Amino acid sequence: MAECHPVGFQWVMEAKQRGATVIHVDPRFTRTSALADLHAPLRAGADIAFLGGLINYVLSNELDFREYVVQYTNAAAIIDEEFQDTEDLDGLFSGYDEESMTYDPLTWAYQGARATAAAGHRDMPKPDVDRSAAAEEAGAGAGEEAGSGGPPVAGKPYRDPTLQDPRCVFQILKRHFARYTPEAVEQICGLSKEQFLQVAHAVTRSSGRDKTTAWVYSVGWTQHTVGVQYIRTAAILQLLLGNIGRPGGGILALRGHASIQGSTDIPTLFNLLPGYIPVPHARHDETLDEFVEADAGSTGFWGNMKAYTVSLLKAWWGPHATEDNDFCFGYLPRVTGDHGTYRTVLDQVAGKVKGYFVIGENPAVGSANAKLQRLGLANLEWLVVRDLQMIETATFWQNAPELETGELETERIGTEVFFLPAAAHTEKDGTFTNTQRLLQWHHKAVEPEGDRRSDLWFYYHLGRRIRQKLATSTDPRDRPVLELTWQYPTEREHEEPSAEAVLREINGFGPDGSPLSSYTQLADDGSTSCGCWIYCGCYKDGVNQTARRKPGSEQSWVAPEWAWAWPDNRRIIYNRASADPDGRPWSDRKAYVWWDAGQQRWTGHDTPDFEATKPPDFQPEEGAKAQHALAGTDAFIMQTDGKAWLYVPTGLLDGPLPTHYEPEESPVGNLLYGQQANPARRLYRHPANPYQPSGSDVFPYVFTTYRLTEHHTAGGMSRFLPYLSELQPEFFCEVSPDLAEQRGLQNGGWATIVTARAAVEARVLVTERIRPLQVQGRTVHQVGVPYHWGPNGLSTGDAGNELLPAVLDPNVNIQESKAATCDVVPGRRPRGVDLPRLVADYRARAGIAEQAGDTRWTGTEGTASA
Amino acid sequence: MTNQLYGPVDDVTWQAGYPDDHPPRVGFLTDTSVCIGCKACEVACKEWNLVPEEGMDLLGTSYDNTGDLGANTWRHVAFIEKAAPRRELVDLGMPGNGPPGGAPGDGSAGLSAAPPGGQETEEPGRDMQWLMMSDVCKHCTHAACLDVCPTGSLFRTEFGTVVVQEDICNGCGYCVPACPYGVLDVRPDDGRAWKCTLCYDRLSDGMEPACAKACPTDSIQFGPLDELRERGQQRVEELRGAGVEEARLYGESPDDGVGGDGAFFLLLDEPEVYGLPPDPVVTTRDLPSMWKHAAAAGLTAAATVIAAFVGSRR
Repeated sequence: MAECHPVGFQWVMEAKQRGATVIHVDPRFTRTSALADLHAPLRAGADIAFLGGLINYVLSNELDFREYVVQYTNAAAIIDEEFQDTEDLDGLFSGYDEESMTYDPLTWAYQGARATAAAGHRDMPKPDVDRSAAAEEAGAGAGEEAGSGGPPVAGKPYRDPTLQDPRCVFQILKRHFARYTPEAVEQICGLSKEQFLQVAHAVTRSSGRDKTTAWVYSVGWTQHTVGVQYIRTAAILQLLLGNIGRPGGGILALRGHASIQGSTDIPTLFNLLPGYIPVPHARHDETLDEFVEADAGSTGFWGNMKAYTVSLLKAWWGPHATEDNDFCFGYLPRVTGDHGTYRTVLDQVAGKVKGYFVIGENPAVGSANAKLQRLGLANLEWLVVRDLQMIETATFWQNAPELETGELETERIGTEVFFLPAAAHTEKDGTFTNTQRLLQWHHKAVEPEGDRRSDLWFYYHLGRRIRQKLATSTDPRDRPVLELTWQYPTEREHEEPSAEAVLREINGFGPDGSPLSSYTQLADDGSTSCGCWIYCGCYKDGVNQTARRKPGSEQSWVAPEWAWAWPDNRRIIYNRASADPDGRPWSDRKAYVWWDAGQQRWTGHDTPDFEATKPPDFQPEEGAKAQHALAGTDAFIMQTDGKAWLYVPTGLLDGPLPTHYEPEESPVGNLLYGQQANPARRLYRHPANPYQPSGSDVFPYVFTTYRLTEHHTAGGMSRFLPYLSELQPEFFCEVSPDLAEQRGLQNGGWATIVTARAAVEARVLVTERIRPLQVQGRTVHQVGVPYHWGPNGLSTGDAGNELLPAVLDPNVNIQESKAATCDVVPGRRPRGVDLPRLVADYRARAGIAEQAGDTRWTGTEGTASA
Repeated sequence: MTNQLYGPVDDVTWQAGYPDDHPPRVGFLTDTSVCIGCKACEVACKEWNLVPEEGMDLLGTSYDNTGDLGANTWRHVAFIEKAAPRRELVDLGMPGNGPPGGAPGDGSAGLSAAPPGGQETEEPGRDMQWLMMSDVCKHCTHAACLDVCPTGSLFRTEFGTVVVQEDICNGCGYCVPACPYGVLDVRPDDGRAWKCTLCYDRLSDGMEPACAKACPTDSIQFGPLDELRERGQQRVEELRGAGVEEARLYGESPDDGVGGDGAFFLLLDEPEVYGLPPDPVVTTRDLPSMWKHAAAAGLTAAATVIAAFVGSRR
């Protein structure tokens, strides 16, 4: 965190000053470790084993916060009797189909809830389609679509509040995590048992009525083939300890760029509409009613999905959206399957994609298997790159490494590249949404120079010109574009659209045209409009709430008048859980919101995340819908059953519980199960994307990619600036003194790092900060690979991401860039045609067929695979 | 009359000729115990003061590619990787829902908030530490650079800081060897000496220096020197109370060889570990006695000559 979020880290330092214990769990010893009370180094890719070990420690020592667990989680829910756990199937859950590498989640459901669980197409593929279609639909990243609350399940599950029923979630959890013992953690993670227990003890002692523990993570947890399940493991631990919805608790995602949270809330993802409403599916979402069917009948706040969707359609198509034409629902684009980045790139290579917009991203050096990205870029008709600097993605046609090796020729690249300079955030108005869901307005400080323009300017004027060209069209397919609400006031000579006008549209308007103040006002009859239901209220009372900057010294410690948080300016969501079932704070020290019996309403330091006047003892009537079906103790109001999910009965594509699987490329076998890697991981078999066998001594070392304080992601914002470039002037790798000796690497000298995809050269830093680990009786060396570089700019070098394979988490299509295997040799890499020869030689030695990599575990510990 | 080039001085600003109502002497307390090595100070300094880049050299010295202070580096973050003997973690005995009667690893439960860093190295019983320190011109009470400057380019400001005026500097370079910390240097391209001005222009407008403003963890604290000295003492006591015995102030004492630094440091190890001289002495300390000796030698020579002439008249 100190490394990549130094400004945010000041608050960790402040907490430390006040007595908080700071523990850093990371394969690397970073600037964060330097300031932490304890650094727990572990093998990259082994975190589920570590977190699972903590869960097992909590459960086997009965350290869970029992009242919280029984009342606020689904621990008591009874699961379908045909459900089989990884315990029963050696690493697989019931419902797995080996052919398609997908699960049918039917048996994961709550008892008696099967039908509805499977019908809910907001989250899961339908059961009636054939398996190959299921696999394809699964590719639509369906697991992502439950982003703001769980997917629907049928009403309330059967419960056993004593938690004794062998089929209740709590007992399943106990059995599932029983093998994650401290000894197993030591064997898998390479973390000493003593150190693991230090962490376990610190975490459990800092949780309970009086104390809370927070977990902070970043892409070190997400960029794995089991990325979603990493976070799920942390969620289970936090729920067992009662650390969600309470001050000082939570799981905080540090985002990789400013406003990444904003770009999922109002998404740049192929499968989501604003506010985590899924993009409708081509096959089974023909009408609005079909689309909202699963949710409309359900309980919890997602029961209002029709109101959210209709209000969005009204924001986009205004008066054209009427009840008679299904509010223009047919105008929305449809998904048919996986349209994620890596699928799209393979389609580019296959010649199926004509044009490509690359905005604020540098895939030519910044994405996994960068060569694959460049091969895709080189096979387009046109490419638009909007960036602050002339990045490699815009210049691949003149300086891609493949030109030197002869794999590409400039003369034969037909892609027409348009480079459009972009305005920086200091040159435009707008919001940043941070990990706390806080929308913070930033004002333009200076006018953009030259041809630089804001993204808002670009899209507004692009849309305006397209609409001009189509103005006389009578083709029905052009109606969605021509009928869009596209009238924004513009200002000054560049005709910059007003960002505040856009924010007002996002906030939404009531029937009388005045700004809405809360999403609870949204209606499904077309009388309200709202560009993103979770942001409704950010322009409450006609005031830009996100621009509020009242100093902390002039308001309460929760600081509700600093900017604006979604939803409804709540600083901690699910904060009903900060009070006990009777509505009293768990302790004075941790009081946050509570039930005021005198006033008969919820009150406290924050906006209560609960219906204000619903008393703690409220019991819903039989057959009630939406929020009316939630009891006074159902703190997790976005979930259909009002409970936080220790066990996920529907919504995930790779299992209802997290399981330790090895990364796609690992030096060792899976100690816990016969199943080596995530059985539902997304593989892209392609000659340019070979996978390495695990346990291969051709690629004996683990490497992990990461960022440094001095640079920003793929370098577009740092490698071109002298003051930042001189601080980390070129690509380097980090190795332990042991590995340096083993491989003859010199500090300050050169090393060549080789995988089945590429070989890159890097300067060497030999440092004790990188520590060899003892894993399953052998020494595992890890190589640190910061990935910021490319040939352009002032600080240059090979791109670390050349080394990575494209292999994804099935739920959200994130690539596994934090753990893979490699070889390291001293000296610089070969030039010209000798470079691909070297890589091909490695592939041959590792037994990787030229067409596709074999991904199955073929060796035993410490021995080579065939 | 006391020696104005050495020893404690009550009011260095007044001594430099400013009237009694001059502003209080200001400086930096750089608390290395909270430095995260982000180098924001280096960048902010260069941005504000338009200091040129120094070159793209990977030095192979941990994450430090700046090297040292110089004409184009007025803040320098040093990174020191070192293995140190294991510290015993202090159990603070905080309440929580831990198992009654303790569990394995109990002694280390509520880990002490004190010691920074700590991972086992290959060698048992030794932990890795990564020390970071943002170095800067010390703005000495007895600033030799100022004493030796023949043009008056180097001067003491009304804030008690030491500043080079680039339009007066003639590039003689006398100040370079005079500095006991090796802070000063001349730019090869223009020959003039450059160093930290403690953002003299910002001070004049009531703003804190750019590095302190940019520091996210308040490792660099700016303020009146008296207050900073008090704060530094408190912080040392706090750290020592929490078990960090190595915590100490460097350059804070008016009794040291430079009469105390305007910019002083809280260190977690010996100064040498950070590349700082353990006992810096103002290089002009002996200037008065040197002048006396020189004068005596001159007089002697003159007397000899006179005596020779007198003698010859005989």
